[in-house]
Amino acid sequence: METVKLSSLAKTIRSKNAGVDRITFDIIFLDQASYEKVKTANVLSRRSVATLYGIQESRISDFVFFDPAYAIKFTISRNRPSGSPGDSDIFGSQQYAPLLDIEVPVG
Amino acid sequence: MKNLRFLCPNGHLGFAPIKTESFYLGVNSKPDFILADSGSDDIGPGPLGSDTSTSPLDWQRHDLDHMLRASRQLGIPMLIGSAGDTGSNSRVDLYVKIIKELAGKHKLPKFKLGYFYSDVTKDCLKAKMAAGQSIRGLDGRPDLTLEELDATDRIVAMAGVHPYIKLLDMGADVIIGGRSSDCVIFAGPAIRAGFPEALSYYLGKVLECASFCAEPYAGKETVIGEISMEDVKVTAMHPNQRCTVASVAGHAMYERSNPFDEFVAGGRLDMSNCRYEQYDDRTTRITGPQFVPADEFRVKLEGSGKVGERFIGMVGIRDPYTIAHIDQVIQWAKDQVKERFSESGYELYYHVYGKNGVMGDMEPLKDVRSHELCVVVQGIAPTKEMAEEVCMTGTRQMFYARLPQVKGTAGGVAFLLDEVLPASPAYRWTLNHTVAADHPLELFPVHLTEAGI
Repeated sequence: METVKLSSLAKTIRSKNAGVDRITFDIIFLDQASYEKVKTANVLSRRSVATLYGIQESRISDFVFFDPAYAIKFTISRNRPSGSPGDSDIFGSQQYAPLLDIEVPVG
Repeated sequence: MKNLRFLCPNGHLGFAPIKTESFYLGVNSKPDFILADSGSDDIGPGPLGSDTSTSPLDWQRHDLDHMLRASRQLGIPMLIGSAGDTGSNSRVDLYVKIIKELAGKHKLPKFKLGYFYSDVTKDCLKAKMAAGQSIRGLDGRPDLTLEELDATDRIVAMAGVHPYIKLLDMGADVIIGGRSSDCVIFAGPAIRAGFPEALSYYLGKVLECASFCAEPYAGKETVIGEISMEDVKVTAMHPNQRCTVASVAGHAMYERSNPFDEFVAGGRLDMSNCRYEQYDDRTTRITGPQFVPADEFRVKLEGSGKVGERFIGMVGIRDPYTIAHIDQVIQWAKDQVKERFSESGYELYYHVYGKNGVMGDMEPLKDVRSHELCVVVQGIAPTKEMAEEVCMTGTRQMFYARLPQVKGTAGGVAFLLDEVLPASPAYRWTLNHTVAADHPLELFPVHLTEAGI
């Protein structure tokens, strides 16, 4: 089946601290069609995200489809609190990159 | 009842200066309040633990100067929350001092300056724990132990609307707040004026990061929120920015675990039934938020504790064989540190840029694809002398790593500097918890003084 990368369908793909113990990821679409396409393709789920990041599913505290913003959002617990020794991303702002290349079936 | 308009020029005041063009467009439209949050826990545990600001003093003064003069000129209240990045007592005192200096410098007519503190002593929490209260962990943390409390250097409590309302009741024209939930700075005056709690908290939620609720993306630009008994309307002031349904709804998600809940002292803002509509070209209208009061009045606590002194080392690697065996190189250096200092009493971290320096274990790309690597070494120990030697050993021994097949036998890494650099001491977040309060002002003593001439 033909696929396109998530980065070509989403307007915004970002990550950021949600408090000191979690990082949250937002995937926001420009229009309802793109949003629904990804939502129904089921390429983004607790399981797929856990696999992509190599983490236990239990580390995903929230996974929501947020219709008013055409957005998919999930939140994970951090390895260590932000800014602790050994943490390399104090704001959690560069953890989204692997999402860009997720292949979304189209057609 | 008359609608009220709230002007917000900046989220996290001081972190970067406000853009003044949109600020004065907003000021000229004669708002009823000027408000900004000045804190964040995004900056890591260092500033709270060491009781410092991460924002330069000049930038803090710049924003306070513009806001204070506009507020006095219009005769409207100015409210600042979470002073000086952390909202600790020393940061509140700093902002109070800046306001007084600015008032004197500009010869502003005398006004009432209210402020409140948020620091919580360890003894206060110990007493509560001894009385059988649990200091409950948030986000999966266990309840607070005495051991973890002892490892803490500074604690601030997150204020709700209460100290802001109290200080307005006392006649404050300008308020400098200790650590506060971002949205309560705005919700306080709205609730005091008689607007519904749900809309008041939502107003704060949407305004607290200023232009982050508008598009296209631009920080430090002014937005204005208007509250009525039925709705909140939010408008971008920068001529090229708009508050759209997508940008406003999108902001509800920003830096929160989910887009539906916002927790404050005394309750929860429920945004799951929010309705967003485009009101005019640059304005979005929101209806439908709900406020759910808490069964018990609990206050969030943030605490930071020092881990140790810290040094940073850096090396570069270009030999493809060494790159392919980087884990062995690091293991060699770690072993040398272990030989010198044993297994414990220090911390040593390697961030391998070009491999997984940004994402660590969460990096899905397991193969190194770079032709060169940069390795940043962090050494942390109780004293500066020991931290320097831990870091120096952990860095320099990479130069001597014994790889059996390596061709280059005159040094395994490239040094940018043949030294390690002193860094800020290492801290960690020791508290992300909640505590029950006997009454809403228990942890937030309020004070009133005067400024101006």
